Amino acid sequence: MSGIPHDHYEPKSGFEKWLHKRLPIVGLAYDTLMIPTPKNLNWMWIWGIVLAFTLVLQIVTGIILAMHYTPNVNMAFQSVEHIMRDVNYGWLLRYTHANGATLFFIAVYVHIFRGLYYGSYKSPREVTWIIGMLIYLAMMATGFLGYVLPWGQMSFWGATVITGLFGAIPGIGESIQHWLLGGPSVDNATLNRFFSLHYLLPFVIVALVALHIWAFHTTGNSNPTGVEVRRGSKEEAEKDTLPFWPYFVIKDLYALAVVLIVFAAIVGFMPNFFGEPDNYKMANPLQTPPHIVPEWYYLPFYAILRAFTADVLVVKFAGFITGGIIDAKFFGVIAMFGAIFVMALVPWLDTSKVRSGRYRPAFRFFFWLLAFDFMFLMWLGSRPAEEPYASMALYGAFYWFAYFLVILPLLGLFEKPKTPPETIEADFDSHYPPKPAE
Amino acid sequence: MFKKTILSACMALGIAATGYAAEHGEGNVEDIAFSFEGVFGKYDQAQLQRGLQVYTEVCSNCHGLNLVAYRTLGDEGGVGLPEDQVKAYAAQHEVYDPEKDDMRPAIPSDKFGDSQYDGAPDLSLMAKARKGFEGPYGLALNPLFRGVGGPEYIVAILNGYTGEEKEQAGTVLYENTAFPGGWIAMPPPLSDELVEFEPAAPNDQKSLSEDVASFLMWTAEPKLVQRKKAGLVAVIFLTFLAVMLYLTNKKLWAKAKRKD
Repeated sequence: MSGIPHDHYEPKSGFEKWLHKRLPIVGLAYDTLMIPTPKNLNWMWIWGIVLAFTLVLQIVTGIILAMHYTPNVNMAFQSVEHIMRDVNYGWLLRYTHANGATLFFIAVYVHIFRGLYYGSYKSPREVTWIIGMLIYLAMMATGFLGYVLPWGQMSFWGATVITGLFGAIPGIGESIQHWLLGGPSVDNATLNRFFSLHYLLPFVIVALVALHIWAFHTTGNSNPTGVEVRRGSKEEAEKDTLPFWPYFVIKDLYALAVVLIVFAAIVGFMPNFFGEPDNYKMANPLQTPPHIVPEWYYLPFYAILRAFTADVLVVKFAGFITGGIIDAKFFGVIAMFGAIFVMALVPWLDTSKVRSGRYRPAFRFFFWLLAFDFMFLMWLGSRPAEEPYASMALYGAFYWFAYFLVILPLLGLFEKPKTPPETIEADFDSHYPPKPAE
Repeated sequence: MFKKTILSACMALGIAATGYAAEHGEGNVEDIAFSFEGVFGKYDQAQLQRGLQVYTEVCSNCHGLNLVAYRTLGDEGGVGLPEDQVKAYAAQHEVYDPEKDDMRPAIPSDKFGDSQYDGAPDLSLMAKARKGFEGPYGLALNPLFRGVGGPEYIVAILNGYTGEEKEQAGTVLYENTAFPGGWIAMPPPLSDELVEFEPAAPNDQKSLSEDVASFLMWTAEPKLVQRKKAGLVAVIFLTFLAVMLYLTNKKLWAKAKRKD
């Protein structure tokens, strides 16, 4: 499948030949598993497997939870407690599923930032990157829909606030919001469709993940040097790579086991740490919680959403030139989705010829500042919308956009990168020197 | 942008800016070393039984436990009452039977009823629906090291009365240092020696509050003991698996890394 020369599946027995002529499925599995993989991949390349595992974990636990859950405003909250109290190991399923979302997002953020650091998004892997961004968006949507299902206070008010974002679109917003909710406000119709979509979207993610894997199996993996695998001949390629099975499967499984130790400890000993106590209160449309906070994984973008208040200069300017069509609320929504959109465009915004951040000292400074900015925005998203947090969020949002729209395009033109090694083999050998010839 | 809507809603409820009261009023919720905390934490069965008694004699006059079935009082790792006592306990209470359209004595499969007053929240999940610890500065370090602190919050509320009262819109409010906003509608429910235990156990107000807080943690999280046990087994097993995979990986890569 990949452009890297390697051995392909040869059907041997009569049955294998018979099947291969009709459906080359064994060959597909073989080529997928045996893909030549750069042998210098470091531990930041393990998160893909963690993500694949977590997706399956969420689907399996989710399907079983759905067997016991009732999507009705009068019964949803009680049915979740029924799962927690009466269903055999229901508490384990639910806590695993709820904390599985946290594991999923931790893994996806490290995975994304690894891509940003090592320039994995650059040509020829733009399509892998774009599909990855679509997966991330689908994950955010799935997580949001799922959070509504327990029908707690934060479920209800979170749904009210987030669907309200669509209501901010000028002119048609309100109609869209009604259409999404199935009525004028969050109610039984909303809960039912959210349950239906929460069940659907993970399978869309599975399909996107298949495309994601297909795409990077076509281009080959990126690697910490950013230097491409030599493809002149099979012998040459074999100097730079090792087959995915068994080398990287075992390595990734080892890493996965370590990650799961932490995960099991969280589920076992502190399953409500990432949750919001308010969600153990049943939804009450007449009582607004004093403080509506989204789950931690939305906080950076929530902070960007809230940063653009009516008194911010760019918001005033946007309102002025559009004759008031773009108000502060709509501007915030544009900024939030824009923050993800500029990240999706990074393959074309980064002008540097050198792929990996390892050989770009100036870039590294700005990258780590971006990573800090992300954590900073996450923290700000959990703070109340008041000073000094509001101004800080504005600076944080400003840097996020500046990194993608100004710094990356200019940096490629002005910085003096170091020289990456000639080959992946050279990089690997510098870590693991060949023994002197005997 | 949502600040306005949220603020106006808070104003309407007369609880303006209470969300951060607990955080700003540091030290109102005291950390308590409950027996069920920590990796090896278990419920103290005697304490849960005392807590059940406090709930029955005091709290249940107003508050319900509508998610908790009487039969779970017999569950191992929890209150652990023998079967005959579970039946006897249930039979002391009446439930509405829709088939008879009348009240009848409860049986173990029935649930503790709803609250007697609309104003009194159901207590089934109270120990998980409140947080005792936050911050500092939104960094979640306190809940990380001390736990979310729901039971501690309950103890703090039960002991947080200053004795001050005021009347507001026809309701008497009581000053309470642990309650967000500082004024709570619940009159002080506990006092020293309010409940007599058999066999005798400390029944000062602080002990009573800790007993009932433990009991409410159990109603909120009846599978806590099983969960911690499963967590421990999982961590041990996964550690073993990780060591095996580490060794496998090391051996597998030895040749490629010229370490064999």
